[in-house]
This record gives sequence, structure tokens and C-alpha cells, in this order.
Amino acid sequence: MNDMRLMERVVDDTRIKISAKDVQVWYGDSHAIKDVNIDILDKTVTAFIGPSGCGKSTFLRTLNRMNDTIPICRVEGEILLDGENIYDRKVDPVQLRARVGMVFQKPNPFPKSIYDNVAYGPRIHGLTRNKAELDEVVESALKKAALWKEVKDRLTAPGTGLSGGQQQRLCIARAVATSPEVLLMDEPCSALDPIATAQVEELIDELRENFSVVIVTHSMQQAARVSQKTAFFHMGNLVEYGDTTQIFTKPSDPRTESYITGRIG
Amino acid sequence: MTAEATNIPAPKRRSLYQLDARTRRRNASETRFRAYGVAAIAFGMIALAVLLWSILGQGLSAFTQTRIAMDVTLDAAVLDKSGKRDPVELAKATTLAYGKILDQALVKQATDKGLMPEGLSAKDAAGILSKEAPAQLRRMVLDNPALIGTTVQIEALANGRIDGLLKGRVTMESAKLDSNVSPAQLVLAQNLKDAGLLAKSFNFDFITAPDASEVRPEAAGLGVAILGSLYMMMIVLVLALPIGVAASIYLEEFAAKNWFTDLIEVNIANLAAVPSIVYGILGLAVFINFAGMPQSSPLVGGLVLTLMTLPTIIIATRASLKAVPPSIKDAALGIGASKTQTVFHHVLPLAMPGIMTGTIIGMAHALGETAPLLLIGMVAFVRDYPAAPPEGFLDPAAALPVQVYNFTRRADPAFLERASGAIIVLLVFLALMNVAAILLRRKFERRW
Ligand SMILES: Nc1ncnc2c1ncn2[C@@H]1O[C@H](COP(=O)(O)OP(=O)(O)OP(=O)(O)O)[C@@H](O)[C@H]1O
Ligand SMILES: [Mg+2]
Repeated sequence: MNDMRLMERVVDDTRIKISAKDVQVWYGDSHAIKDVNIDILDKTVTAFIGPSGCGKSTFLRTLNRMNDTIPICRVEGEILLDGENIYDRKVDPVQLRARVGMVFQKPNPFPKSIYDNVAYGPRIHGLTRNKAELDEVVESALKKAALWKEVKDRLTAPGTGLSGGQQQRLCIARAVATSPEVLLMDEPCSALDPIATAQVEELIDELRENFSVVIVTHSMQQAARVSQKTAFFHMGNLVEYGDTTQIFTKPSDPRTESYITGRIG
Repeated sequence: MTAEATNIPAPKRRSLYQLDARTRRRNASETRFRAYGVAAIAFGMIALAVLLWSILGQGLSAFTQTRIAMDVTLDAAVLDKSGKRDPVELAKATTLAYGKILDQALVKQATDKGLMPEGLSAKDAAGILSKEAPAQLRRMVLDNPALIGTTVQIEALANGRIDGLLKGRVTMESAKLDSNVSPAQLVLAQNLKDAGLLAKSFNFDFITAPDASEVRPEAAGLGVAILGSLYMMMIVLVLALPIGVAASIYLEEFAAKNWFTDLIEVNIANLAAVPSIVYGILGLAVFINFAGMPQSSPLVGGLVLTLMTLPTIIIATRASLKAVPPSIKDAALGIGASKTQTVFHHVLPLAMPGIMTGTIIGMAHALGETAPLLLIGMVAFVRDYPAAPPEGFLDPAAALPVQVYNFTRRADPAFLERASGAIIVLLVFLALMNVAAILLRRKFERRW
């Protein structure tokens, strides 16, 4: 199943997965995202960096319409996923979110067993035909999230009983199990220790083979380590977007430079 | 930064072993507050203890009843003149006939054993039997006509005053002033008691029998009231829980937040504060006068109580839905669950303990509610058990709290004991419901 998808993707390696056009976001009267245009590539890790409150999470959440859950939030402009506008009236956000998964800053496993946490997505989307297939999906998702070894003997134990880092990896496994095309991660490592962080970073690198990954991070080093593309946000504007090496070595905008050298933020 | 701090004096260093004045004051106020708390709780506990003590003291005796053991010969010539044991014919023998048989049996037994006090007429001696006793004997015979012609050993209900003698309510002195009982009758009762023929025994009839008339406190029971209350609770549960939960879920998770939903919210809060008697008036106007439903029926009572309970359930449910962490909802939505799936798979299970508790507390309120039921006619004197549901929902019935009210309105002091006994039954039901609430909470609560 996965192999076929892999084949498909090999054909056009760096095609555009998500394309945002003149995106504006308002929370009531406050203008949180201003005129953002960005092309996010397939099979690439894109990092969003910027000072706190600049709108990284806000913009990330527009990509799978999680903003719909905030009543005062208003989005304008177009966001195209494979050329289709996800804010089109015909689009059901539920269908969209099955294709664009999300991992949140704070680990938020369901108060259910580890197995049920991972199996939930495949179950509601009808991705498997029987228990054996579901078991397989759960196992492979947990393996991808580098959690399988730690939990394989206690799949029925509650997911909330894991350590913070394990919980976050469980959430990643849960997101991966639905085999989304894009994975959005909002500061996935902020609750993790260096070892777990390294594991997750490794995982992100592996995920790149199958998914387009967008990660919000406050750690410059992390952005440099895992991403190929970096976008720098400042006060609701997308200031600079380019290859990670270029952004970190010779940023073209003075604001980017002062941020990555630690002068603003 | 260093230059600014100059005009604030540096804190003096002191030994940690010495309490400074500020700490001492703080500790004193903490101790004071603890004392207030303990006092408040003590006050509550004392009030509860006094309440329980007085109710148990007055009401426990309702669970025992004085009966007179005697041998009764069921004379076929009197009870079945045709001799065919035809039920229709048998039914023609009235309680009057049975009364005579009972009276004779009692007098004969007392005389034979030499227990009759001087100067007590046969008629007065028979007066220590309850007026309900013949009816009970008649029911027994009609149920089993084969008894006719035999001699049966029965335990006949004693009169309420005689019962009072054994429970300490009636004394020789009080009997002298009492037109319902004479000292000689008390002597007879005492003699029978000494002979082991008259004794108190557990009173199942108090729980199962229907209410009895003003002059027969010894026969009054709670059967119809318990059934009526039970039927009403069934109706409340079946209507209020789904309606309340559905309304809460809609308001909390689906409805747009605008002035209209705000208005609804305010109104629900107000409804919870509406005096219950208003619901009674509403029930009378809408269900009985307009919709033509039968008076004093559990259906109408249940509907009124449902209306009354709904706001409580909605408020409790909304509170427990609100308490579900939004991160769980985000997690579900984030992997593509629909709103309904999110609510039913994740939010509702987590809110379940709160919903259960809210529902049971609401139902406990409804169980103890009296005022609205008075208005819809449940105060009526009902001796017939309602049929089994669902037809029984339309039959007249009483309700436990209303039965308490009814008992207290009657003149005979024996009804006071009955009223307290009914309160005990009511309290037991409430306690059971609270235990159920706790158990359900435990069962549904996920501690992870
Ligand atoms: N639910 C909300 N309601 C109103 N305003 C919001 C809401 N969420 C975010 N904002 C505002 O939008 C702006 C962008 O917030 P956002 O959370 O996107 O920042 P961020 O870049 O993710 O910050 P951080 O790095 O601290 O997570 C902020 O000014 C914030 O106050
Ligand atoms: Mg953020």
C-alpha cells in the first residue's frame, strides 16, 4: 500500500503540496496573519520560526482548518492543497484533516489505551478491513514514532500513563496512523528531553520520505537540523522563506538576521 | 537596576527559629479560619444528627405493628349460604359478616382463657380489633375459598390505640380522656399481651399496603405512594435524561455562540430557579386542562417533574462537558474526526460521571418534590394500586412526599408515626440514589 504511494511520489520529487495565496487571518479585529504567500513542497520538512506571538501556530492551523474551531477566527485568501482550495465552500474540513494531520504542542493522548489511541484514526476513516490489518497499522505507526519497543508489551495500558515524551510520540504515531499527506507539528519537542527530541527529529526526517512535514519550532538548531526549507514570521508577516541553509547562513532580511542571531525574539 | 533599589530598605536578616510578627499574624488567621470551618461542619453535622434522631425516633415504630393471634372458625353457614363456593356468591358476604366472626372469635378466646377484665362488654372487647381486620380476613377467604368451614389461625390487626399502648403512645391516663378507647380495653390488651397472644411484629404492610382511611391508621401503608413515585421517576429518567443531554450537547458543542443562545442559557438558569409550585400550575393548565390527561396520574406528575428536573440536568451536563479539556477535542478533530464523532467518542465519555451525578441529583430532587404534585391532584386518597406500566402511568396514584403531607394532616396521633415512617422510606430511597450516583461515578470515572 505504502510502496505504491512511494512510487507515485518519486515521479515528481519537489512538487508543490500546499500553496497559500494572500492569506489573512483575523481574531476578531486583531490581524494575526498578513498577506502570507508561501509554497510548501511535498516530501520536504518546512520549519516555521519567529518570535513568540508572531502567528506561526495561527498560520499552521489554517493549513488544516483547525482555526474553524475558534469562533472569532476569520481566514481570507486561498490555500491550495494539490491545487484545490481548502477554504472552498464544498470542502468538508473533516475530509481535509484526514489528509492533513496535526501534532500539537502539548501531548494530548486520548484517555484510552495506547492501542486505541493509534487505532482511532484508521477506525473512523475505515482504513482497514479487519483486526489483523489494524494491528499491522498500529504496529507500523508506533514503530515510525520510535515508540514500539517501549510499549509493545502494554498496548492496553492507558496512553495517558506514559511519560511526557512517550505521550508526544504516541500522538505522532496517532497522526501517522491515518497516513496523512501532510503532517503539521506545532512545537512537537517542547515537552521532550534531548534524547526524545533526537528521536522525534530522526522520525521527522524519516517521515519526509512519505509526507510533507511542516514544523513550528523555537529552536534554531532544530530548524537547522531537520528542515530543508525555513519560513521566518514576524508580527504576522512572512518575512523570509527559503532554503534552510540560505536562511541561516545569509539571510536577506535584516529582521531574520537579528532573530537568528538572537537580537529579537 | 542597581541604582533604583536604594530607597527601599534591605530586609533584615533574622534567625529562622524566631517567628516574626507577620508570620505569627498569618498563622493566627489561618488557625482562626480552620476553627470557623470546623465550627461550620460541626453545626451541619449536629443539625443532621438531630434531624435523623427525631425522625428515626418517631418513625421507626411505623415498621412494627401490633397484631392479635387468634383462631377463627370460618362458618360456612354464614359465609357461603349457597354452599357452592361460587366466587360471585362468596363476594356477597360483606366485611360486616366477617367482622362478626372475628369479634366472636376474639371474645370467645378471651373468655375461655379468662382474660376478660371485669365489666367489659363483648362489643367493647371486640373494639380492640382494627376495622381493617375483617376486610383482611375477607380478602384471605376470597383468595382461598377452601378455607371456609375450617378453623384458621390468623394474626388480626389491632386497633391503632392498642398499637399505641405497645408503642407507649397510649396510657391508662390518656385512655380515660379518650372516646376511642377505654381503660378496660387496655386491660384486655395487656392481658392478651401477657398471655402471648398480642404482640408487635414487623410491618410489611406499611411498605406494601395502600393508604387507609382516617380511622384506620394501623392499616395505612405506602404501597401506592411508592409505586406512584417509582412510575414518576421512570418517566423523569426516560424523558429528562435524553432531552437534557441532547440539549446540553447541542448548546455546548454545536450551537453558534450568539445572543440567541445566550438568551437560552440565561433562561435555563432562570428555569432552575423557578419555584416548583409554578411547575405544578403549569402542569395543571397544560397537561390536565388543555391536553386532558388524567388527574393524579403518574404520567402528569412525571411530566411536571421532568420539566422541573430538565434545567438541573442541563446545567450539570453543560458544566461537565465544559470541563472536558479542549486539547482532547483538538486531538480528535486533528486526525479528522467529525464533530459528532468527537463528541460521542471522546467528550461524552469523559463527561459521563458528571452527567450521571447531575441526573441523579436532579431525580432525587424530583423524588422529594411535593408542591407541584399537590396541584395536579396527587394529593387525592388512592387505595387502588396503579396497573403495571405503561397503562399504569394513567391510573391515579399517590407519591411518597405527598403521602407524608397527607399523613401529617390527619387528626389521629398514630398518623404522626406513619408520616415519620414514610419520611424514613423516602430518605432510604434518596440515600440509595446517592449511592448509585457515587457508584456510577466510580465506574465511569477514568483516573487516567
Ligand atoms: N484563540 C485566539 N483568540 C484571539 N487571539 C489569538 C488566539 N490565538 C492566537 N491569538 C493571537 O494571534 C497572534 C498569533 O498567535 P500564535 O499563537 O499564532 O503565535 P505563535 O507564533 O504560535 O506564538 P508562540 O511561539 O508563542 O506559540 C497572537 O498575537 C495571539 O495573541
Ligand atoms: Mg504557537
